[in-house]
Amino acid sequence: MSDTFQPPIATSRTTAGLPTSRLGTWWVVASEIVIFGGLIVAFIMYRMRHGEVWAEQAEHTKLYAGALNTFVLLTSSYFAVCAHKAAEAGDGKKAAKLLVRTILLGGVFLCVKAYEYTSEILAGYGPLADLFWSFYYTATGLHGFHVLVGMIILGFVAKDAAKGKNLHRVECIGIYWHFVDIVWIFLFPLFYIASGL
Amino acid sequence: MTEATIDPTSPKAPTIGSRIRICLFSTDHKVIAFQYLITGLLMAIIGGYMAYVFRMQLAFPGEDVPGFGWVSPGHYNALVTNHGTIMIFWVAMPVLVAAAGNFLIPLMIGCDDMVFPRLNRLSFQIFFLSALVLIASLHVSGGGFGGAWTAYPPLSSDPDFNLTPLGASLWLIAVALEFVAFLIGGINFVTTTMNARAPGMSLMRIPIVVWMIVIASILFMVSVGPLIAGAVMLLSDQLAGTAFYDPHNGGDPLLWQHLFWFFGHPEVYVVLLPAMGIVADIIPVFARKKFFGYKAALYVTIATGVLSFFVWAHHQFVAGIDPRMAHLFTATTLLISIPIAELCFLYIATLFGGSIEFRTPMLWAIAFLVEFLLGGVTGIYLGASATDINFHDTYFVVAHFHYTFFPIAIIGLFAGIYHWFPKAVGRHLNETWGKIHFWGTIVSFNFVFIPMFFLGLGGQHRRIFDYRHFPDLAGEGFQDMRVIATIATCVLIAFQIPFVINFFHSIWKGKKAEQNPWKATTLEWSAASPPPHGNWKTLPTVYRGPYEYGSPDSEEDYLPQHIEPNT
Repeated sequence: MSDTFQPPIATSRTTAGLPTSRLGTWWVVASEIVIFGGLIVAFIMYRMRHGEVWAEQAEHTKLYAGALNTFVLLTSSYFAVCAHKAAEAGDGKKAAKLLVRTILLGGVFLCVKAYEYTSEILAGYGPLADLFWSFYYTATGLHGFHVLVGMIILGFVAKDAAKGKNLHRVECIGIYWHFVDIVWIFLFPLFYIASGL
Repeated sequence: MTEATIDPTSPKAPTIGSRIRICLFSTDHKVIAFQYLITGLLMAIIGGYMAYVFRMQLAFPGEDVPGFGWVSPGHYNALVTNHGTIMIFWVAMPVLVAAAGNFLIPLMIGCDDMVFPRLNRLSFQIFFLSALVLIASLHVSGGGFGGAWTAYPPLSSDPDFNLTPLGASLWLIAVALEFVAFLIGGINFVTTTMNARAPGMSLMRIPIVVWMIVIASILFMVSVGPLIAGAVMLLSDQLAGTAFYDPHNGGDPLLWQHLFWFFGHPEVYVVLLPAMGIVADIIPVFARKKFFGYKAALYVTIATGVLSFFVWAHHQFVAGIDPRMAHLFTATTLLISIPIAELCFLYIATLFGGSIEFRTPMLWAIAFLVEFLLGGVTGIYLGASATDINFHDTYFVVAHFHYTFFPIAIIGLFAGIYHWFPKAVGRHLNETWGKIHFWGTIVSFNFVFIPMFFLGLGGQHRRIFDYRHFPDLAGEGFQDMRVIATIATCVLIAFQIPFVINFFHSIWKGKKAEQNPWKATTLEWSAASPPPHGNWKTLPTVYRGPYEYGSPDSEEDYLPQHIEPNT
């Protein structure tokens, strides 16, 4: 179907003053914010109630791995910004090359996460060990799922960009990727750093 | 319907193959609206059948129900639960938000389709899948989920308590899929209205129904996120054995109640606003008068939307929340009745001094005002914590929310169908049968739910399968009222048969409708009936507000939005 699909005139209109694709992406981000927002608020409420017990559990998360992942994800966002700049200048090939770096760093993030999960489960902190760990695996798992989906979409966008097609999508996937980044910026202190009282 | 929606790029006349392709893969907003409508109406038949079965059980306990057989307690719980779930998530949402939004938004703001037509298609496909999952959940071993549509843990989270391990999880997955479908659809509605308006369609010239559907979509988007997170937690409690809602292991069942009602109360306004919008667009047409207080209506709608996020805990007055919090939520709940009352006053002010024509759409619109008023007024008793503690979980609550949801989902829906049917299909519905359908529905509806107010005041609890086990509630007067309500339910369902016949007869054999049969001013009436794919040959330009009736600038009594002013 997609090869014969002609976008309607409506898609090219910009009554609100910004491109439809960017506007749509912002609404996607808005709806995602409340999903993670609900989860994070629920966690904070429980964290306050279980102060000491959960602080002790949080000691067992791997701070250095989380810090490394923060660095990896922020660097991947840097390449997404560079790709946007290249796409603005009309250089699809360069944008695609930079997006591939973003994807690779996303892969590194997931590998580090996999290592963390494995070693924590082996140490006896599986998803059912304590409610803290249930939250840990739900929140980081949901976030990891978003990283994975983002990598797949980045792949499609990079493939098009290499041919010079749909360059406006580089910016949209960039917005989404930054959002995934920012979610991690919230998860990292909540689950890794806040291990004291 | 089908001829008009053939893709103009396909050179051939419609064949069976192309018709099937349209059904499965069309991206045309009118086809998708029609699919949402038909799916919603089919689900309404299932939901209505469930109501018939459990009403019969209440009136004639222990006897075989014709068309179902003997009702076990497990059946009864599953029927009540899924009646509620279906009527809200698979009837009110698809017909009022998705069908009305898909059909009206592009036509009313003057563009050829939604801005993301393929996402629109995806939204319907996910919705349809969710309906199939829900129907499947009724037929798995252990039976359908019976823990009420609010699904409070621990009843919903632990299979040892609800006895429906498969049914409960499938129910939850179906609801979550439905949320995803409407999130995608809502993003499309909001983006389309923001970015694809016709030249000249400034914010203050958008018809009220479009405003209300957009505000409803934003409310849904903002409120449903925490519940999606909550549903993930509930699902992992059910399937993986985590303890998010299990107080023995550090969880808290109240968390679900907060997440559910943080969504659940805005959800009331998500379905109310489109229905209010449909009525707001019908009244000026048949009163031949400009809508009274357009800006006031817009601002109070926004106020309602904002306030609706601060009232949720009035569902939890007896759940052990802090009494100080109960005071706060009583105040906000009573506050939110002010903007809604203001809207009703604006509708009445529009009617005042108009030259009112009692055509079928107008009858439904006025009935909406009258019946919703009863629902709103009885809500005051339930919003105040002092009285709610007494009424909680009685039939008073059941009667109250049916007096709000029935006008919204059924009366509002029929008002919309009778009003826009000539535009969507190009033929008129039969007026006489429409009026028979109207009076039969309205009169029997009141006979169903007025007795329930009295049953609730008498102390009848909501979730009891057989009242013979409770001597206080099984008395003569009580049982008589239950029988009246049940007979009225059967009459109400029977009076939908004329509508179904009228609907299908009129699609093929109805009187041909011209382009603007009601002499209305909004943009959709300037397209052909039915509108072709792409809606207009040249997209319209807008010169004035949406409700210019009785304008001195025109020879007739109305001035459509797209007519160029002759200066």
